[in-house]
Amino acid sequence: MKEMILSVNPHIHDNSSTRSVMREVIIALIPAIIAALYFFRIKAFVVISSCVISCVVFEYLYQKTCKKNITVKDLSAVVTGILLALIMPPALPVWVCILASAVAIILTKQIFGGIGCNIFNPALLGRAFLMAAFPTMLTSWNNPITLDVVTTATPLGLHKFTQVLTGYEPLFFGNVSGSIGETSALALLIGAAYLLIKKIINIRIPFAYIATVFIISSITNKIDPEIYAPALFNLLAGGLMLGAFFMATDYVTTPITKKGQWVFGIGCGIVTMIIRLWGGLPEGVMYSILFMNGFTPLINRVTMPKRYGTGDRE
Amino acid sequence: MNDKSTFPGGVHPGSSKNLTKDLSIKTVEAGDVVVLPLIQHIGNPAKAIVKIGDLVKRGQLVAEQNGFISSNIYSSVSGKVSGIKAYAHPILGTSQAIIIENDHKNDAAEPIHKRSLEDLSEEDIVNIIKTAGIVGMGGAAFPSYVKAMVKENNQIDTLVINAVECEPYLTCDYRSMLEKTKEIIEGIRLLNKAVKAKNVYVAIEDNKPVAIQQIKGYLYDKGATDIEIKVLKTKYPQGGEKQILKAILDREVPPSKLPLDVGCIVQNVGTCLAVYEAIVEGKPLIERVITITGKCVKRPGNYRVPIGTLLQDIIDNACRGFSEEPAKIISGGPMMGMAQYTLDVPVIKGMSGIICLTEKEAVSEREGACLNCGKCVDVCPMNLLPTRIARAVKFDKIIEADKLFITDCMECGSCTYKCPAHIPLVHYIKIGKQKLRKIQISKK
Ligand code: SF4
Ligand code: SF4
Repeated sequence: MKEMILSVNPHIHDNSSTRSVMREVIIALIPAIIAALYFFRIKAFVVISSCVISCVVFEYLYQKTCKKNITVKDLSAVVTGILLALIMPPALPVWVCILASAVAIILTKQIFGGIGCNIFNPALLGRAFLMAAFPTMLTSWNNPITLDVVTTATPLGLHKFTQVLTGYEPLFFGNVSGSIGETSALALLIGAAYLLIKKIINIRIPFAYIATVFIISSITNKIDPEIYAPALFNLLAGGLMLGAFFMATDYVTTPITKKGQWVFGIGCGIVTMIIRLWGGLPEGVMYSILFMNGFTPLINRVTMPKRYGTGDRE
Repeated sequence: MNDKSTFPGGVHPGSSKNLTKDLSIKTVEAGDVVVLPLIQHIGNPAKAIVKIGDLVKRGQLVAEQNGFISSNIYSSVSGKVSGIKAYAHPILGTSQAIIIENDHKNDAAEPIHKRSLEDLSEEDIVNIIKTAGIVGMGGAAFPSYVKAMVKENNQIDTLVINAVECEPYLTCDYRSMLEKTKEIIEGIRLLNKAVKAKNVYVAIEDNKPVAIQQIKGYLYDKGATDIEIKVLKTKYPQGGEKQILKAILDREVPPSKLPLDVGCIVQNVGTCLAVYEAIVEGKPLIERVITITGKCVKRPGNYRVPIGTLLQDIIDNACRGFSEEPAKIISGGPMMGMAQYTLDVPVIKGMSGIICLTEKEAVSEREGACLNCGKCVDVCPMNLLPTRIARAVKFDKIIEADKLFITDCMECGSCTYKCPAHIPLVHYIKIGKQKLRKIQISKK
């Protein structure tokens, strides 16, 4: 008889893997990619392909130079590339996409030790970097389909600076200006439903996040409907759907405890609304998630589950 | 109670029970030798009372209980003692064992008692369970008489019969319930004569409707109300003692305490059957039902085998060998069982199954980096943070692992089962526990 395999229990596995998880996320992003291509045409294509390709290449090159295991096969760099592209304005030059990818993959992810070790969401930090370095480039938008160039004219921007409310129908389907992948709530919700059904993500963070935004904006809208937009508008405009379902649910940079996930979602909602209502920027999703990423280790520490068979952790 | 209860956490590993669940129990003869390890239970090894060359009968005591937590061992065949030496052991690797050459005559020894049922006091029942060498048949193999012997200061109000069998592949308890319904129920009643619990529950998962019907039928036909069936949700590890109690009574057993401390006793159905046979038939524990299964086994099934039978003999004779060479042999269930290095190893009292996996089914992926996904935390029925414990052990921070309650881990395997990064969390936790024990010993 040949040698037997002698590993420790359990001897079966649900057959998931990092790669399979990433593959599901990519599938879930397909509706948003299609919407991006439909509304922003060739520009979306250029942004998405340059981000994805450069993310994968940077990951490969970094690991090769540092003589580490090459892990591009796990598809996580592809996911980062897609997410990064989806939060970019349509008219971004290719070299800016490449730069943002370098920040996302090398500075945010690999320097900290690669997948699982980074503190901040790579795609979001890549964009935050561009926001600081090239603010004008990141605030010039294109109208969907016609691709006319407009300045500060996302629905949130329009409302913040001119009190103009965009209609719900275009907001829901995505026929508005904005980052290429954030405009279609419909496409994002289809993807989100897929991730929930496949149990890749759980509802805790997105639900807490969206509910918090809803509650705060309902209250402020009651107080002064002239200045503060209605709740539904706050849910559909800007990057909330993309952020809540695809960024705030990133495994690596969010809490592992159940209670912590609730806290994280509520925190994101509060910070988003503070920025939207009183900040200098029209949109706060990106910064709120990055801000809460920074608190993740602390949240984990203070939300340890109760020890079984005792009243508490003692 | 209509809505089915359960415990928080856990996984759904798919049952794989179809291979054997409809196959009735077949009796298997022992091979030319049987091997009786002196330790087949939690506690002290038994003390051999036979010598090389002695002739023994089937059902004759060959090793004696040694201390309070220990157990008697009987010969399961008639024949000659041919050795007392170290032999492969399914859990310990190797252990001292009595080797008996089977003469295939099945000469039976006297029954362990001949008294009539009516004469038996509760003390007598405990004594018979003790004499018969009965241990927990679900795998833990804790001497059953100790549990049955209610101590003065412990108020036991509930006896729970564990018929959950939540491990995938295993069907031995299920088949026993179908084929030995009466014996099991009467065994439960005899057991409770000693325990005297107010409430007696049979806990069973909702994926076994036929068994549930059968037990209900037996009980309600006779209008009995002394035993109640609790149907639980199908989820692993529903059969863990702590999980059962949480599900049906919402009681949590505190760390390092026993069900006894929260007024409960949990016994496996197989144990109840053994109790029945010991008390009613005067038969010591010399055989058990075991599921032998796996896609590569030619004739998987549920077999009643003499304790001490070598696995190789069962596979060759009852199962007709393998259709494909297995790459992994597991004693017990696939979630908590132990990988075997050889088939030249005996069936012991607590062995509920043998699962044979092919190369394809057994090979697991390489360990990757933790994604922090929290899936292990979500599923841990003990509310632990498996990823953090494993990381602490990896970096040799054993004290930190202790502070994360590594000792609470019941090694159910749910966390590893779910981990997309294929981190062998249970492996690290086991190493951590060993190291912690060493540290604690050296401190004393
Ligand atoms: S940590 Fe232990 S108790 Fe928790 S799921 Fe893993 S093996 Fe089970
Ligand atoms: S399941 Fe695996 S990858 Fe996820 S947090 Fe636990 S150890 Fe890490």
